[in-house]
Formats: sequence, C-alpha cells, structure tokens
Amino acid sequence: MRATLLPAIVALAVVLAAAGDGRAEDAAPAKKLDSSELRDLYFGEALFQAYQGNYFDAISRLDTELTQYYGLDEPGLNSLFHHINSAEFDVGDFELYYRMHKRAGRAIKAVIEGNVAEEIRNEAIYRLAKIYYQKQQPQAALETIEKLQGKIPERLRLEEPFLRAQIYMENGKFPQAIELLTKLDSAVELKGYAGYNLGVALFLNGNEQQGIAQLEKVGLLESDDEKVLAMRDKANLVLGFRLLEAGQAQNAKVYLYRVRLDGPFSNKALLGAGWASAELGEFERALVPWTRLAKRNITDRSVQEVLLGVPYAYSKLEVHGQAAVKYGLALDIYSKEIERLDSSIASIRKGAFLKAVVREELKEDKNWLINLRNLPDTPETYYLAQMMASHDFQESLKNYFDLEELRVRLEHWADYLNAYDEMIKIRGAYYEPLLPEIEQRFRQLDSLMKLRVEQRDKLQARLKKMLVAPRPDFLITVEERTLLQRVTALEAALAAAGGGDAALRQRVARLKGLVSWKVDIEYDERFTRATEHLAQLDDHVKKLNEIYHSFVRTRQAATQSYKGFDQPLQRLRIKIRNAQEKVQILMAGQGHMIEVMAIGELEERRKRMEEYQVKARFAMAESYDRATKEKQEKQKDQPENTPDPGAKSAAEPAPVESGATPGGAAAPAVEVAPASPSAAPEPAGGVRDDRPADGVPAEPTPAPAQEPPPNTE
Amino acid sequence: MQMKKLIAMLFAACAVLPNAYAEQVSKEQIKGLDEQVQDIKKDVLEISAELNQLEEKLLYPSNTEIAFFVSLEKSSTLEPDAIELKVDDKDMATHIYSFKELEALRRGGVQRLFTGNVRTGEHKVLINIIGKSGAFKKTDNASYVVKKGVGPQFLEIRLTSSGVEFKDW
Repeated sequence: MRATLLPAIVALAVVLAAAGDGRAEDAAPAKKLDSSELRDLYFGEALFQAYQGNYFDAISRLDTELTQYYGLDEPGLNSLFHHINSAEFDVGDFELYYRMHKRAGRAIKAVIEGNVAEEIRNEAIYRLAKIYYQKQQPQAALETIEKLQGKIPERLRLEEPFLRAQIYMENGKFPQAIELLTKLDSAVELKGYAGYNLGVALFLNGNEQQGIAQLEKVGLLESDDEKVLAMRDKANLVLGFRLLEAGQAQNAKVYLYRVRLDGPFSNKALLGAGWASAELGEFERALVPWTRLAKRNITDRSVQEVLLGVPYAYSKLEVHGQAAVKYGLALDIYSKEIERLDSSIASIRKGAFLKAVVREELKEDKNWLINLRNLPDTPETYYLAQMMASHDFQESLKNYFDLEELRVRLEHWADYLNAYDEMIKIRGAYYEPLLPEIEQRFRQLDSLMKLRVEQRDKLQARLKKMLVAPRPDFLITVEERTLLQRVTALEAALAAAGGGDAALRQRVARLKGLVSWKVDIEYDERFTRATEHLAQLDDHVKKLNEIYHSFVRTRQAATQSYKGFDQPLQRLRIKIRNAQEKVQILMAGQGHMIEVMAIGELEERRKRMEEYQVKARFAMAESYDRATKEKQEKQKDQPENTPDPGAKSAAEPAPVESGATPGGAAAPAVEVAPASPSAAPEPAGGVRDDRPADGVPAEPTPAPAQEPPPNTE
Repeated sequence: MQMKKLIAMLFAACAVLPNAYAEQVSKEQIKGLDEQVQDIKKDVLEISAELNQLEEKLLYPSNTEIAFFVSLEKSSTLEPDAIELKVDDKDMATHIYSFKELEALRRGGVQRLFTGNVRTGEHKVLINIIGKSGAFKKTDNASYVVKKGVGPQFLEIRLTSSGVEFKDW
C-alpha cells in the first residue's frame, strides 16, 4: 500500500508546491524607478498604469512609444532611447501579466537574438524560461534556462536559481534541484518557499527521512508574513498526511495540529487530525476537530465529508442514538445542499453566473479573485470559491473578464469615432468658407513680403560693395538730392545762356561744392547709420518671418484638422467592427466553456451528495437499530421504573440489542464515513473560515476535549 | 487496515484537483480558446495604438499640444489626496488620488494629469495640492510660467517633501 500511496503524496506535494508558483514572481522585488532617473515621461506613464494593474493601458502606451521610436530616422535622439532595453522587457512583462504569453515570448526571443549586452541577454533568457515554466512546458523551460552564460543581473541573484530549481523538479532532475534549493534555503527573501520546495524535492528523490526533516523545519518557521505562514501550514499538512499514511497517527497529529485554524489549509488539517485520532481508536478526541470542522461552510468538501465522520465517531463510541441523530442532520444538510446545487445549476444554465461575475465593482482592486468570494450568496455564485480551486476554471474566467473589458473598450471606441467624425465635420464647416479669403490675402501679403525682402537684399548687397568702393552719392539725403538737381538745373541754364556771369557760375559751383563736401565728409557716418538701419530692418524681417511661418503652420494645422482623416477613421471603424464580432464570438465560446465547467463541477458535487445521502440513510437506519437494541437490552437489565440514561431525547430511538459489527459488511456506518472523502485542495485559500453554513445545526461539544488545541496563530 | 484504506482514499483524493468537467471540456479546447483570446488581445492593442496616434493628431496637434505630468519624489513624505491645475487662471484639471494611484506614483510611475492645447508663448501654470505629510494635513500651491514653443510642450510637476517643482521637457 505504501508503494501505491507514494505517488499520491508526491502528487499532493506537487499540487501544493505548484500553489506556490506565484512566489517566484512575488520574490522578485518590483522594479522601482526613481523618478529622477526617468528620461521619458510617456514611459513613466506606462509604468504608472502597469503599477495599478492596468496592463492593457500600459502595453498600449508602450506599444505606441516603441512604434514611434522605431519609426524615427535618429532614434538615439529620442528620450525613450535611455529606457529602450527596459521598455522592451517591460512590454514583455506586461504582456505576461496580461496573459499574452505567445506575444511576450516572441518579444523576449527578439531581445535574445538581438545584439545586446550579456546581462540583458541573460535576463531575457530567464524571462523566457519563466514563461515556458508558467505555461507548463518544462522541457522548453529547461532548454532555455540552460542557455544562460556569463554574468547574471544582480536582481536575479535569487530568482534565477529558484526558477532553475523549479524547472529541474518539473523535469525530474531532483538532485540538481536539491543542490540549488539547499543553497537558497537560508535566503530571507525565499523564506518558506525554498525550504518547502527542498522538502518536496527530497521526497521526490526518494530521500524520505531528509524530506520529513526538511518539511518539519519549514513547519516550525516563525514569521508575520501570511504567505510564509501558509507555506508553514502546507508543510505541516503534507507531513501530517504522510505520517498518517505511514501508520504513525500519533506523530501525524503533532503536525496536523500545527496548522493554523484560520489558514487556507485548516479544513483539511482538521479532517486529517480527526482521522489520526480515529486511527488510534480515540474517537472522542476525533470529535474535537471534526465537530469544529462540521460548523464550517458546507460547500467545502472536507466539511461535507466530516458530516458523516462525526456520527461515525459516535457510533464507534457506542452512542448510537446520538449517531443516528447526527446522520439525520447530515441527511438534512445534504438534501438542502442538493436543492441548492440544483438551483445553482439551473441559474447557471440561464446565464446568471456570467452576468454576476463580470460586475464592475469586483474588479476595482487586484484582489478581484478574493472579491468574487464575497459575492452575495446567490445560487449562481454560491460555489464560486470552490470552483476557483481549478486553474483551468480560473484562467477561463480571467479570459472572460478580459474579453468583457475588450468589449467595453471597443464599444467606447466606436462611439469615439462617431464623435471624431462629427468634430471633423464641424471643423470643416468652420474653416471651409474662411480659408479661400484667407488664402487670397495670404497670397497678396506673401508677394508683398517677397518684394520687400528682395529690396532689403539689394540694399545689403549695395552696402557690401560700398565697403570696397565708396559711393557717397548713394548716401545723399532727399533734400540734398533735390538741391543738387536744382544746382544742375542752374548750371544747365547758365550754359544755355552762354556761360553767364563768372561770379554767378562761381556761386553755383560753390553751392554744388558745399553739398558734395557735406556728403563726402559725412560719408562714414552715413554708411554706419545705413548699416545700423539695415540691422534694424533685419529685426523686422525676422519678426515678419516668424509671423509668416506661424501663419503657414496655423493655416496648415487648420487644413490638417479636418482633412486626411477619412481613410484612417474608416480603417479603424472596420477594424473595430471586426474585433467586436470576434470578441462577441469568443465571449460566447468562453462563457459556454465556463458554464460547462461550472455545471460539470456542480453535477459532480450533486452526485457526491447523493452518494453521501444514501450512505447516511443506511447508516442512520443501522444506528437506530443499534440504539433500539441497546435500549431494549438495558430495559431487560433494569427494573421497569428506573429511568433510562440512554434515552436523552425524544428523538432518540429506543435502545435495542446491538449485534452489528462496526467494521463488517453489514455495518455501512463504518464504510460510509470516509467512503468518498474527496476534499480537493484549495491552494488559493478557498476557505470561508468559521463561517457556519446555512442549515448546519450547532454541534454539541463532544465529551472529552483533552487534546491540545490546534495552533490558533 | 480498513482505516488505512480509507485514509489512503482521502489522501489520494486530496492530491487530485477537481476535474469533473474534464469530459465536457478538453485541455485542447481550453488551450485553443486561450490562444484565440490572446490573438484578439493583440488585435485590440494594435487598434488602441493606432487610435492613440490618431487622437494625438486630431485632438492635440503638435503646435498647440501641452501635457502636464505628475511625479512623486521617491523620498517624499507627501501623500497627495487631490491636485488642481490652472493654466492662465482657467481650471484645466482636478484629480482625486486613489490608493492604487498613490502607490503607482510612489513606485516611480508618472501620471499624465492633463493634455490640452494652448497658443505659442508664455502661460501661467498654477498648481494646488491637498494632502498629508506624515500625520499632518498639508496644502501647497505653486506657480510657474511655461513657454510654449512651436513643438509639443511637456511639463513635469514633481511633488517633493519641500514643495512642488516644475521641469520643462
């Protein structure tokens, strides 16, 4: 039997170990970016979204930035250049969180194949191996992680060997895993996890004694961290069941009682603790944990099972009347449970389940899975917490949520496009009549400006020439020019009059000389002033150019604000419509799959309840028989007027002779109790602790309670 | 012996995850649908990126675009509850922070508070912060003149223990 049970232990250990997969992620400290290091604001915005769990928005922002970055002629000048490696990794990470493993894998492969530094390449290899590991492709994970060469980034100092050890375990390379985990056992960051996995690896490698010792060590860890405490509970639970299976019930109890009463494994521990006492024949003691467990939520399999365990213990204690009553109570509870299951199945078939779980308020924080457990106890959601124990169900439900989110987004975007269309029309209606007139005035001003600029250029050229060949006549004033014209006219008149009076000619010449002399003498000063005026003109021309370019940009912006959007909008509209159709089809498919899963699970539960019911019914009948016989025997032995101490209540049957054999074939009570003790593990902590289920009557405190109370830490 | 058999059954049952629906839904079906969901996510992300670019072009042309970002200094003890942004004495944006947003800011994320359009030239920016610093309520305000050029203008509003700092990008 031992040989056949070892795989079961191993399976349980692996299942429980798998529940700790998340630790590898949790152990990786979230990368903190000092905002003083930030060189690209939009990259910071993507992180802002990602840190809130808005992975769609984070990916979308980074995708946009990366597309723009790679579209640039000189990406080195872009601010994202400083974060480009991080951005490439982060987009892969965000895709992983958004459960887009295919795309994340491709992105990371591209980094590995690219021309990157050794550390970056090794980080990419680590991440790719992690994807394969998470997607349950251990062989691919192993091949990938073995490609690691050279320097490993410091922040993967613990994560890399921990992941490697997990991959080794998945591939059956236990000695290698043990070697790595032994080194990691003392790491504070992996407290509980490395030790627990080491214990499991030792078990799987056949080193049972070492495995027990290791798990015992983990089972005694001290911590305030809820996750570490959960690992401690796991270790104690596995050890307890292992020893129970090995026939060491007394030792098993020690470990099972170490499991916290409010932890995720408490139900199974209470059930196991009861069985440990029962195996020792201490049925009174078995009633202590079982009675406590029986008051918990009936949807838990351990609780369902213990409803048969409690009367079984009473029957073993020869308290057949009490056993019969308890079997009766169990029957009532199973009946109510079957009714509730029927109601849940009917409700799910009507589609109420999917409507209930996509409610927006549930997803307001990252603990949405826990929030789902807090839904009102409607028929469609009553068993949700139990169904969540299945990884496939959880993943399918997450997919459904994601599809619902996409549906809402697409719906909003379709509305946006309509608004943009309207906006473009309004802009067109405003600018269309204005632009022709503006365009005409612009052309006039443009030609005028060109003329003035040409004039200015000519002046500059002339001044430049005058530097080497002075031309004072170019710098005469209007007044001087008029004066000189008049002098010239006088000279002409004198010449026409035969030369005239010498004194007159001399006066005219003196006048001309005076003007020329003034022009010549002031030439340098005038030249300087002209240069200064040209510089002033340049300032005006500059301002004019600014206005000109601003006008050109504004005109262009006005035109671009309503032209050229038709095709992109049309393209987006088609894409959105196609995506909406696909989302609708996928939601129907995914929703149907979830409903099938849920109904399958509930029907299975119903079947089990019916089996329990049949067994409880037989056991109850037998207990009544025995109680009646017992009573009759006592009546025979006692005088008629003596009160019967066995008749505790009116409900209790009359004592009869008890001739039934507890373990025999004719004693279904013995077989009944653990006949189908299928308490599925709930690694995610699917327990509503100490919440009495509807219809579960308060259990009387069992007689002896000398057992050390379970650890209530 | 009977007891051991029963415990073994219990133990084996504990080790197996519920798969009551295995007959109705195969692993291949689950995987196939999951891959289709991944494909549609990829398609929708592409639409989102395209829409982002279109919106930027349509709503915020580069010659008028101005965006305001909020960051929190790593060592800052300030916990903003709300922020108000005014540009040229006009209310532009107000925001009340959720716990998740505060945590994201603390971890180095940068919030895009507001994106809008302004003319080129100088604009007066006024920030009002209401929050806590340690156990005390803290209000702070700061002003800054941002010069909008012809290209897109980004302004980082950095919240520090000593007050509000501005950085042009």
